[in-house]
Amino acid sequence: MQQLIFGVLTLSSFGFFAFNLRKIAQNIHMGLPLDRSDRKADRWRTMLLVALGQKKMFTRPIPALLHLALYASFVITQIELIEILVDGLSGSHRFFQDGLGGFYTFMISFIEVLSVLAFIGTVAFLARRNMLKLPRLNMKELAGWPAQDANLILVFELILISFIFTMNGADEVLQSYAGNSNGFAMSSWLGPILFEGKSTHTLHVLEQIGWWGHIIMVYTFMNYLPYSKHLHIFMAFPNTYFSKLEPKGQFTNMQSVTNEVKLMLDPNADPYAAPATDAAPSRFGAKDVNDLTWKNLMDAYSCTECGRCTSACPANTTGKLLSPRKIMMDTRDRMVELGDFKRKNGQDAEDGKSLLGSYITEEELWACTSCNACVQECPVNIDPLSIIMDLRRFLVMEESKVPTELTGMLTNIENNGAPWQFAPTERMNWANEE
Amino acid sequence: MSIQVRTMADMMASGESPDILFWVGCAGSFDDRAKKITKALVKILNHCKVNFAVLGTEESCTGDPAKRAGNEFTFQMQALMNIELLNGYEVKKIVTACPHCFNTLKNEYPGLGGTYEVIHHTQLIQDLINTGKLTLADNGTFKGKKITFHDPCYLGRANDVYEAPRELIEKLDAALVEMKRCKTNGLCCGAGGAQMFKEAEKGNKEINVERTEDALQTSANIIATGCPFCNTMMTDGVKHFEKEEDVKVMDIAELIANAADL
Repeated sequence: MQQLIFGVLTLSSFGFFAFNLRKIAQNIHMGLPLDRSDRKADRWRTMLLVALGQKKMFTRPIPALLHLALYASFVITQIELIEILVDGLSGSHRFFQDGLGGFYTFMISFIEVLSVLAFIGTVAFLARRNMLKLPRLNMKELAGWPAQDANLILVFELILISFIFTMNGADEVLQSYAGNSNGFAMSSWLGPILFEGKSTHTLHVLEQIGWWGHIIMVYTFMNYLPYSKHLHIFMAFPNTYFSKLEPKGQFTNMQSVTNEVKLMLDPNADPYAAPATDAAPSRFGAKDVNDLTWKNLMDAYSCTECGRCTSACPANTTGKLLSPRKIMMDTRDRMVELGDFKRKNGQDAEDGKSLLGSYITEEELWACTSCNACVQECPVNIDPLSIIMDLRRFLVMEESKVPTELTGMLTNIENNGAPWQFAPTERMNWANEE
Repeated sequence: MSIQVRTMADMMASGESPDILFWVGCAGSFDDRAKKITKALVKILNHCKVNFAVLGTEESCTGDPAKRAGNEFTFQMQALMNIELLNGYEVKKIVTACPHCFNTLKNEYPGLGGTYEVIHHTQLIQDLINTGKLTLADNGTFKGKKITFHDPCYLGRANDVYEAPRELIEKLDAALVEMKRCKTNGLCCGAGGAQMFKEAEKGNKEINVERTEDALQTSANIIATGCPFCNTMMTDGVKHFEKEEDVKVMDIAELIANAADL
């Protein structure tokens, strides 16, 4: 009976998770195409260093170490999950214990030590958010759901780890009644402290609560991820693999513009000729999430709202409205909204909203200095700047919404080849001046 | 006193071709402060007998501020015209004292048909010193001085050039002191992304003031930089704190020209 319940639970958990992953994939595919299939060796290296190796986290050592404890324990605990699946489906108890012997004891001990470190790390993270009130974790864009999401994830982790020790601790005390010990590093002393003297029946129940509680929390956690910023634990890997590998200062040249400018500059061009490409863009720049590339959208799903970008942003630091983190959060919120809307009302349906306008304002976009600090800071290689630039392009090229002073600058470049009003003939005057 | 500099047109007319083109840039051509940087670099190039030329009146904006302001049309008009000119002169190598021109020429022109070897002037000067073509006089100009380097975003983060300017400062008889935010963490001066040409959005502080605070905290006598726009922003920042008597903002080219008695 228990095995059946476990089987159904497992199947439905993975099923629902797959259902949500498919939605995520669909949403990312709303983005425009972009070729990131080149330089595979560089891409693997970037992913190994930045995602697996967490290279960029270590520019801030304290959170990096706390995060490493959680990350390592999460990754290593997956090994134990294999046993839980086997035990759950077959009704065995610690299936690998006899076969692996000392190595098993070592592995579980290792997991236990990491779990204790992760517990400490999680408590520290909760304290940083809620007691120390770290500025970047208490900005206004986090008010409401994002702050709750962050705390919820941390509480999930505490519960998860508590169940592991309930299970292993109760098991240890049970073993001790028979004169044995599992010999695990933490539960062999933690178990007796918590449960010594409890009846065999109570201990059996506690062990079962720990076991079931643990697996139920794992499935809850897994199915919570698609709705949470915590999705970064998966997305960090593809997202770093598909990183922009060109120099950070290199912005894309818009091919659609090149075609038009070449026509304008070519005296022999036939202005009435059919367009050379049949894939003319619907618009210049981006107004909504489906004008961005799929990588921009993958970036949005990879953001865990840590705010390193925003705390390094010169505009945000000096009190301007722009926050690169908010740009990413807005992009994700709008993508999910539009994706759900289109699944419900058909691909061609319009909901009358857009990323620019309904979520992001012009004032935010015009505060950016394109300094790349946000791109540099991001531990999972998110590029908020390319979204900002594409939204700017739409404002300028489609809507002619340019700050007045910039209109002057642009006119000067067009008329006299310099952002200021100097005649081209004066360009060499410096050579003859004292 | 006028300065000896030849144009590409001039060289072509006499059947010569330069080894390197000096892309002066709009700031270097028209901005009074930046013109001094241009002249300092030309003095160094002439002193080292570098076979170079400028485009002179044929040069035009690279289009960088237009692109960063979101106007890809204006950018590409400029880029395609400049590329036609550069390719016409068969330019192979370009040096510039402006990180914005540097970035655009180096990274964004190749996709539009203009591929050149592009270097920043600090890289060229470093090379001139390393190959023994330029030696710094022991004239004590910077003796006991503290110099801090402000990383231009389009040189540093945008193109990973952090060491060339620092190596040059270390060759001076001065101490290089770093700001708390430097290299990859360097704070922008506030001019990039076409902000140079507009008022800042509403906030509680100017970015150049924030950055100048970083620089003043090092108690440096000189704020060195390698970008005409950073130069303007930092100079304004120093004025904001009324420190212009104590703290000078100078380009690396000017520091080297002074140290080489040029």
